[in-house]
Amino acid sequence: MTTAERSQSPAQPLVNWRALWQNLVQAALSVVLSLVVGGILLLLSGRNPLDAYESLLYGAFGTTDRFTETLVKATPLLLIAVSVSISFRCQYWNIGAEGQMILGAIFSVWVALNVTGLPTLPHLALCFVAGALGGALWSLIAGFLKAYLQANEVITTSMLNYIAVYLLAYLVRGPMIDPGGFNFPQSRLIPEALELPRLVERTRLNTAFIVALVAAALALVFWRSTWGRRTEIVGASRRVAAHVGLNIPRTMLLVAGLSGALTGIAGWGEIFGLHFRLIEEIARGYGTLGIVVALLGGLNPVAMAISAFLFASLVVGGNAMERNANVPFALVDVIQGCVILLVLSRAYLFKRAS
Amino acid sequence: MNWDLVTYSFVVGVLASAVRWATPILFAALGEVFTERAGILNLGLEGIMLMGALSGFVGAYNTGSLWVGVLVAAATGMVMGLLMAFVSVTAKANQVVAGLGITILGTGLSTLLFRLFFGLRTKPPTIKTFGTEPIPLLSEIPVLGRMFFNHNIMVYLAFILVGVGWFVLYRTRYGLALRAVGERPEAVDTRGLNVTRLRYSALLIGGALAGIGGAYLPLANLGLFWTQMTAGRGFIAVAVVVFSRWDPVRALLGALVFGGAAALQTALQTLEAPIPSELLLMMPYIVTIIVLVIVSRRAEFPGAFAVPYSRGEG
Amino acid sequence: MITVEMRGITKRFPGVVANDAVDLVLRAGEVHGLLGENGAGKTTLMNILFGLYQPDEGQILVKGQPVTIHSPADAIGLGIGMVHQHFKLVQPFTVTENIVLGLDGWGFFDMAEAERQVGEVAAQYGLDIDPGVRVQELSVGAQQRVEILSSLYRGADVLILDEPTAVLTPQETEALTGVLRGMAEKGKTIVFISHKLEEVLKVTDLVTVLRAGRVVYSALTRDTDKNTLAREMIGHDLANLRADQQARVLALAGDEDAAHAGEAGARSGGSECLIDARDLRVIDDRGLPAVRGLSLQVHAGEILGIAGVDGNGQRELVEAITRVRPLEAGEITIAGLDATGWRARDFIKHHAAYISDDRHRDGLILDFDLGRNATLKVFDEAPFSRAGVLDFRAIVRFTRQLIGSFDVRAPGPSLPAGKLSGGNQQKLILARELSRSPRVIVANKPTRGLDIGAAAFVHQKLLEERERGTGILLISSDLDEILLLSDRILVIFNGQSMGVLNSGDADTQTLGLMMAGTPLADLTAQEAAS
Repeated sequence: MTTAERSQSPAQPLVNWRALWQNLVQAALSVVLSLVVGGILLLLSGRNPLDAYESLLYGAFGTTDRFTETLVKATPLLLIAVSVSISFRCQYWNIGAEGQMILGAIFSVWVALNVTGLPTLPHLALCFVAGALGGALWSLIAGFLKAYLQANEVITTSMLNYIAVYLLAYLVRGPMIDPGGFNFPQSRLIPEALELPRLVERTRLNTAFIVALVAAALALVFWRSTWGRRTEIVGASRRVAAHVGLNIPRTMLLVAGLSGALTGIAGWGEIFGLHFRLIEEIARGYGTLGIVVALLGGLNPVAMAISAFLFASLVVGGNAMERNANVPFALVDVIQGCVILLVLSRAYLFKRAS
Repeated sequence: MNWDLVTYSFVVGVLASAVRWATPILFAALGEVFTERAGILNLGLEGIMLMGALSGFVGAYNTGSLWVGVLVAAATGMVMGLLMAFVSVTAKANQVVAGLGITILGTGLSTLLFRLFFGLRTKPPTIKTFGTEPIPLLSEIPVLGRMFFNHNIMVYLAFILVGVGWFVLYRTRYGLALRAVGERPEAVDTRGLNVTRLRYSALLIGGALAGIGGAYLPLANLGLFWTQMTAGRGFIAVAVVVFSRWDPVRALLGALVFGGAAALQTALQTLEAPIPSELLLMMPYIVTIIVLVIVSRRAEFPGAFAVPYSRGEG
Repeated sequence: MITVEMRGITKRFPGVVANDAVDLVLRAGEVHGLLGENGAGKTTLMNILFGLYQPDEGQILVKGQPVTIHSPADAIGLGIGMVHQHFKLVQPFTVTENIVLGLDGWGFFDMAEAERQVGEVAAQYGLDIDPGVRVQELSVGAQQRVEILSSLYRGADVLILDEPTAVLTPQETEALTGVLRGMAEKGKTIVFISHKLEEVLKVTDLVTVLRAGRVVYSALTRDTDKNTLAREMIGHDLANLRADQQARVLALAGDEDAAHAGEAGARSGGSECLIDARDLRVIDDRGLPAVRGLSLQVHAGEILGIAGVDGNGQRELVEAITRVRPLEAGEITIAGLDATGWRARDFIKHHAAYISDDRHRDGLILDFDLGRNATLKVFDEAPFSRAGVLDFRAIVRFTRQLIGSFDVRAPGPSLPAGKLSGGNQQKLILARELSRSPRVIVANKPTRGLDIGAAAFVHQKLLEERERGTGILLISSDLDEILLLSDRILVIFNGQSMGVLNSGDADTQTLGLMMAGTPLADLTAQEAAS
């Protein structure tokens, strides 16, 4: 983290308006610059960037349908961003969001399909808990290996991502396959009673969105708590943390478990709010997008919510752009990458510019 | 399981394929040895390898020359390395996140450019790869001959680079300066050398080698490109560097361990082992985690690892 | 012959003028002492000469030619070399590798030939060094010689040494003096930076005193004396102090007599044993034994000083006692409770305070504001948190109180700790630690890098705590500080105790020999025999 990010701690009693404004301006500039870079690439390949971006904007905001779709996409992004903000602030580089999302989805679907005899509400609650548990456990594998065996968490979590993808592939082709599904790699549908209610008629926007907002709000509370303070201290300096008597391995486990649980819930949300069955594409790309959202929002829950909305619109618009303007969705990935690099360099670049 | 197929020839074939699986990782790991010795953690290898794969493929496709592809891949890798150097050395940003940014950028950019250049076709564009060129005499040695000396030229290039890397790192003044910069940049600064330039050079080397490693996949192995074809090899290369304790020769061994796991996985599939193929595909990744854990307990990272240097501190 | 002239050098940093129109003339064949307390600007001035900083105003002339020195590379090219206070050596490399680093291009490197050349130059200057040994295996004194050789090998005519004796035993200091004089006789120009006036008097030909960035005095060493130098170093404030305060301040400036005459030794323990450590064995980060069977006792109302050259196990000992590091063997009892199984948490909860030597790495988090830093150890207790939720108002109130009572110069609790001066940072740490009314204090180099005023403040607070009956374990590599404050002194060498003396019986010679590895028992036996 740069000093800019660290000093913008969310747990200050008063909002530092000046720093917030500065961060917003820098963030906005980073995004615009990235869009320009993307535009240049398009120009070089003979496409019209204006067409592409127009298509993107319309695709994201053009109709109510599209707008709610943006909120739908923002849901898992916000959850993952909150998860990332917790682990990154502890300097625990958990990049296993994709894998943890998958495990959350798997656990929650399993509970949906195999636990019987429960009334709807408790069953749904149990599925939710299972989702959180799945993500948490998957994350804790890496967390445990880091806390007690010093294994680099970037490598372990990214390896676990690939393992999770293959695990999902195996399950939806084997043990959990839908017997009536013509051999498609997918699971049975979850019981209709467990589907999350819609927030707006005839759209896909569902209560998982509320869950995401609640998670962001709870993050604000987390940073005001003693656990949050512990996380911050361990993240700021392991040596000082040791000297003030904090149990560093236990803090890492807490952080790994909590961030994993949040991503697991994102997986639950995608299934119970959108797809209603296990499919292979459930987590694709969300992991890295979530990290970018978190970084652009400076690890601050309110800013991350805005950032999640922004990137969701990029994704939704990007899909439309691919269909309508024949520009590959991968442009969005390029924009993501540029945003990260610009955000990282912003402290340096803005110092030079001023 | 089809045990009939397990002949002497089959086993040796598996060993040989382990070496081929290991090669792209070896290139990237060699480069990362230099980078990490200079004190920088470059997690952007995955993205750089992909860009190397794409640019190498495009270079070879458009010019008909595989070697042009290799050069283009190396150059592309160097550009990516330069970008990483700017963000982590000049802008002094957090290296873990910078590396992730490079990976994301490289992944997206390679996919984007591939689609932009080739569009969506029914039949993917292909090139003819480097052929197998057995080394006279050496390839006749039982087992080892087929394992090491009966491959395409890029594999031999990798072996040569291991030796070159060892020599440069331990027997030249440049290598001495590079190792010093990773241990104690103040010592280098105070002796009048430029810490920034040394670190940039390490990233140029790392980038170039990672680019070549990525290019191996289309140019020497598969003859085509598809999106995200490196499937995590960049991260595995970083793990190999830890296994190898930042030594080029041990990096060869580490890469072979991974290669062995990957080769074993395909072998088991051929032998129709009673394990579902998806679970077999997990093997290299699981092996990486296990070996990493075993090695991490006593890993002695370079003294100034992953910490940006500013003169006048401490 | 004048080798270097610095004219009107001014250097400003945010909030402070480090050098204010400084003039300095250096001549060949002379050892020139640059004297001043921490923060006076001596190191900054020499850093400018060595190219690490650029002056805002002023001019530098080398051998009569005006020059601009942009970087150490330029300085080295002009024949200027610097041995820093914290050595800049690559520990895992050999002596030769360190010396040859950065020379002669990028190509093939013949180790054997390089070792031979290094050996030659070493012999030429009478420096006893084995070119093939790894630096990490060398003693601190030997490492310093490697640093000196490194500059000489590059053809330095001007050699700057920054606080070179801070890491040496008294005997090693004598050896160094001999080496420096030898080099001066060969025509080299030596600059000797120090805040210890006794040493400057012994080693140098000329002395220039800096205070608050300005040159306040300059004279031939033989024409000046301890009192004049002390007065110039500290300023006329000295006269306004009480006698005991004067003695303390003088001791901090390096006046051995003042150190010896300190109040310490006026009482001996005799009362409750607050820290009882038996036969401790501790290993360091590399897995090697750092503390090998050391025992110590600290009583209520007593200061036990641990003297020794850095790197003899002090860090591991302190970490073991504060329970940050595990014990391989041995027992610790703190305030009557068995602390062997404690973790750092327990040490803190049982009202034991720790003032660390490295403010920036152990004591404070520089990016955090003062409030967070003040409550680093207590945020999970009432009134700072209730049911797991932090009470920011209580934290702010507490911090304001601390800042006020210890006179920490800061506009408010939301300032990042990194913006405080070193002295104020240490005051904050002290305030935080002492606010819990500790029964036991472990103070590890508590005045490192502080100017005399701040250092005197720290000492005063420690003495006040001693009055209250607190048991204090003081670790320091500054013998004057140890002599000044301690009631009893334990010397540590290579992880073992070389013996314990009452400070009234301790003199620099004896302590120096113990610090270099001779147990007290052997010394008294030798005396008895002679």
